[in-house]
Amino acid sequence: MSDVADTPTPILEIENLRVSLPKGADRPYALDGLNLTVNPGEIVCLVGESGSGKSLAAGAVMRLLPEPLVRMSGGSVKFDGQDLSTLTEAQMRGLRGDRMAMIFQEPMTALNPQKTVGWQIDEVLRLHTDMGAKARKARALEMLRDVHIPDPDSAFNAYPHQVSGGQRQRVMIAMALAMSPRLVIADEPTTALDVTTQLQILRLIRELQASQGSGILFITHDFGVVAEIADKVAVLRQGELVEHGPADDVLNRPRHPYTRALIAAVPDLRPPAPRDFSDAPVVLKAEGMLKTFKARGGMFTGKRKAVAAVDHVSFDIRRGETLGVVGESGSGKTTVSRCVTRLLEADGGRAELDGRDILNADARTLRAMRAEIQMVFQDPMASLNPRKRVVDLIAQGPIVHGMNPGKAREKARELLALVELSPAAAERYPHEFSGGQRQRIGIARALAMEPKVIVADEPVSALDVSVQAQVLRLLADLRERLDLSLLFVTHDLRVAAQLCDRVAVMEKGKIVEMGTVAEIFAAPAHPYTRKLLSSIPGRDWVPPVLKDDAA
Amino acid sequence: MPILIYALRRALQAVPVIILIMIGAFLLLKLAPGDTVDALVGDMGGADAQFIARLRAEYGLDQPIWVQLWRYMIKFLQFDFGWSFVYEQPVSVVLMERIGTTLMLMAASLFFAFTFGVGLGAIAARKAYSTTDNVISTLGLVFYATPSFFLSLMMIVVFSVKLGWLPVGGIKTVAGFYTGWKHVWDVALHLVMPTAALSLIYLAFYLRLMRASVLEVAELDYVRTARAKGAGEARLMFHHIMRNALLPVITLLGLQFSTLLGGSVVVESVFSLPGLGSLAYQSVVQRDLNTLMGIIFMSSVVVVAVNFLTDLLYARLDSRIELA
Amino acid sequence: MSLAEASALPPEEPSRALVFWRRYRRNKAAVLGLFLLGVIVLLALTAGLYEPVDPLRRAGEPLIWPFQDWATPLGTDQLGRDILAGIFHGARISLMIGVVATLISIAIGVVIGAIAGYFGGWVDDVLMRVTEAFQTVPNFVLLLTLVAILGSSIENIVLAIGIVSWTAPARLARAEFMSLRRREFIEAVRNLGVGDMAIIFKEILPNALPPVVVYASVIMALAILLESALAFLGLGDPNYASWGNMIGQGRSVLRVEWFVAAIPGIAIVLTVLSFSLLGEGLNEALNPRQKKG
Repeated sequence: MSDVADTPTPILEIENLRVSLPKGADRPYALDGLNLTVNPGEIVCLVGESGSGKSLAAGAVMRLLPEPLVRMSGGSVKFDGQDLSTLTEAQMRGLRGDRMAMIFQEPMTALNPQKTVGWQIDEVLRLHTDMGAKARKARALEMLRDVHIPDPDSAFNAYPHQVSGGQRQRVMIAMALAMSPRLVIADEPTTALDVTTQLQILRLIRELQASQGSGILFITHDFGVVAEIADKVAVLRQGELVEHGPADDVLNRPRHPYTRALIAAVPDLRPPAPRDFSDAPVVLKAEGMLKTFKARGGMFTGKRKAVAAVDHVSFDIRRGETLGVVGESGSGKTTVSRCVTRLLEADGGRAELDGRDILNADARTLRAMRAEIQMVFQDPMASLNPRKRVVDLIAQGPIVHGMNPGKAREKARELLALVELSPAAAERYPHEFSGGQRQRIGIARALAMEPKVIVADEPVSALDVSVQAQVLRLLADLRERLDLSLLFVTHDLRVAAQLCDRVAVMEKGKIVEMGTVAEIFAAPAHPYTRKLLSSIPGRDWVPPVLKDDAA
Repeated sequence: MPILIYALRRALQAVPVIILIMIGAFLLLKLAPGDTVDALVGDMGGADAQFIARLRAEYGLDQPIWVQLWRYMIKFLQFDFGWSFVYEQPVSVVLMERIGTTLMLMAASLFFAFTFGVGLGAIAARKAYSTTDNVISTLGLVFYATPSFFLSLMMIVVFSVKLGWLPVGGIKTVAGFYTGWKHVWDVALHLVMPTAALSLIYLAFYLRLMRASVLEVAELDYVRTARAKGAGEARLMFHHIMRNALLPVITLLGLQFSTLLGGSVVVESVFSLPGLGSLAYQSVVQRDLNTLMGIIFMSSVVVVAVNFLTDLLYARLDSRIELA
Repeated sequence: MSLAEASALPPEEPSRALVFWRRYRRNKAAVLGLFLLGVIVLLALTAGLYEPVDPLRRAGEPLIWPFQDWATPLGTDQLGRDILAGIFHGARISLMIGVVATLISIAIGVVIGAIAGYFGGWVDDVLMRVTEAFQTVPNFVLLLTLVAILGSSIENIVLAIGIVSWTAPARLARAEFMSLRRREFIEAVRNLGVGDMAIIFKEILPNALPPVVVYASVIMALAILLESALAFLGLGDPNYASWGNMIGQGRSVLRVEWFVAAIPGIAIVLTVLSFSLLGEGLNEALNPRQKKG
């Protein structure tokens, strides 16, 4: 598809781009010396972890940086051979939406909630053409059809809140491509989407790009997505370009140590050797668990249907074993984790912890049982009380359960060492730590109770890939040392493949398939499992085994 | 007709609130030293104990408190608020005479405060941190800090005493006997200062909220999307920012209306306007508690009605809300 | 950085109070508000020094204009009372009423809002109906009624102002509690076996307080305005000098000696202004996400 790559004028040519941050930021330049070229018909992926400055590159190209705080202070951006800094604001407005367009990350918030989908696509045409109302509507409907929206006519008149997340992202794409722009900048366009929707959107972007011949600057943090879509790759670290080249080279033969470390951190889809638990006792057992969210008559919304979030779910976990619960958003996997820990009251079924009923335990018994089943949460910032010192956060559980406070704090300090944090961390507040460190604190808090089971709800999904690998390694290590059982809820099949012994695949509140990781990944039986597995971005790319595995 | 169903549901929701207010009002009355009979007897200049006891039985004041409450509520539902011993008329008649003036003052103040508050707030936000913004924001702060009675007095000094442009008080020129448009003009002139005095503090509220709201909405993702589509600043403001930024202002308008109505007590008293507010003040001074309770009930009904209207307006502006 | 992060800690941060003051200081208007408030507090503290006997006593000829006689620098009213002495002693009343009424309303509001927001369901429904009922009755009318029934001693006035202004902090606290109780750190402590009351008061409340503290400055300003309006209408406690009362007295000589009403009026404006500026400064310092450009 890159047979047009050697066309003389590139669509986008970034040379030595430098973007300054305001005084007091952690570094003077968000981007420093960025060089990048996008040719017609080419997809260039700009990859980086959070804070690498990748999104600001898009802002600099569109000249939509939040000036004067963040501004371009050096280098040049050429669009179709023309230096953008020489254009007036009015000329820039003429370009935006017409010849250069942008797709954003959050389809939820990127559309105006008060205007219909049709109106918002129409706005692009109104701004950049002198077509009549009828012709514009025809064009908008055509665009909606091109992005494969099921019922274009009703979508045209719908408000954004009336269409699903994936459809909204299609609308964004329709809007961006309405004028057949030469350049499309896509800023993490699939990050907020479920894996099956993500693949559809990636395919759609490729399809439309092939038919329109535009160049795409695709910003992402996900090497799976890169492997899926990129022609060329540029890797950013802390605002500096560390490596760039054809996708095949960067993905399979990375040269820079940072790129090598990043790629080494991407979890392999091939599971490790299976472990045997047939002799271990069952620690946690759920049978026919049921949870329905009742519709509460809202003041304005009126009726809402009752949804079965957890529909007769049964599973068991043996000592030392890890059961992965995988599924897309709305599958009920998080509700399962809340029900077995009694953070939500289940409507029916049984759950036993070490043979004792937990769903119907009275308040006192439950309090005692809580020590044995602990949770690690998704958002490491939101799960730690920002007004407590780390040592108090970790010691709180044992103190509540009657341990002498001095002794509990002493133990908390020991746990910090166990999760590989320095003892100095004890006296700090959560906001002083990075995401990965906070998640370690969360793990230490759970371990302080000396639980038998840890329920982990997407514990690494808010973390950058390199940090994610470290936290996963820590979890695996602790599980072995402390003989812990894990109920591991995740949407990320790569992570599940690496950590779990068995997985349960959930769809619409039901477990549709359960088995060992090797079975499920090699021979999925249920159609939904097959669909999930075939949607993993970059599933055909095997991250190379690199000898000098950093970190 | 979704709007009718919605109106019905809102009316039903308002019932418990109104009932709560009535019970509260009744209990407050019971708390007050002296009851109706004491007032009557005081009026007559004293009476013997047997007669007082008979009067008590006649008024049902010897009954258990819940029976009294029940009777009181039944009467309230028939808009029978009792007798005003000051005005020598049923309370409902007194209230009906006064409510027009207050509603007129409310409508004028709300309109003035809302249009100017929203307009100035939007302008200030558009030119955030410029001189224009600083002037508008400072004015807003000063309006916000100025008590309405103080503002009234100072306006009287300037516009009535020194300049002689506007009448000092009243709702119309007593000796004028104007009719038709002349009468309308006369009443309007009398309402200028009361409206200004009552509305400036709310103007400041709306101004500050609108400014903050516009600044916040301008940062949202979909405004960035519109920018990336090539929309200019004016278009962003009118099509993308304004409508969303208005929503919290409408909410505040509904929440604060009762405070605005309360403010009429002071302003009507200063300008001697014959409305519910000045009536409330006189009832307190003359200890005419029946009238006071009637005013509480009446003004609550007005507040509920206005809240209903702001809800409708909100739903009209926010497409995410469907009436049903 | 994110690659080799395991045990490297960021450098120690300065203390919270220092960070707070640095943020607060950025807003010049807020610093002015703090200064104004300082002056008013000073007035209240030194009122006894300037006029130790009684601010309501006759101090000179009636209706002396300001800056004429240095015994009464800001002039006298129609009863010959020293206006400056009234300003000094009025500061005491205004601040006292502002602080105590605010404490009452915040205490009621936070408890009701916390319970409604944390438990939700029918508890929330009942409490919100009560809140709505209080909000529906115009607050000044309710205040008049309470004062008419309780009597207008200063304690009753403070209590009544507290009772009519708790609804807004209740709604605010409820909203905060509703959003905070769904946060993961609350689920985390529930999972540790911590009880409801400890969660409400030890875990959520400290996190819910900043917006309430900011709002307290608004209530304080409103409480001062309410008291002055009551006093202006002659329904205040007659035993204390109050700015509102001074303005009310000045009304009868408004046509010529307008200064009698204007001077205490300006005192009220400046006091309320200082609280609003303080509130804005607190808001920016406690909500650093609203950055100034």
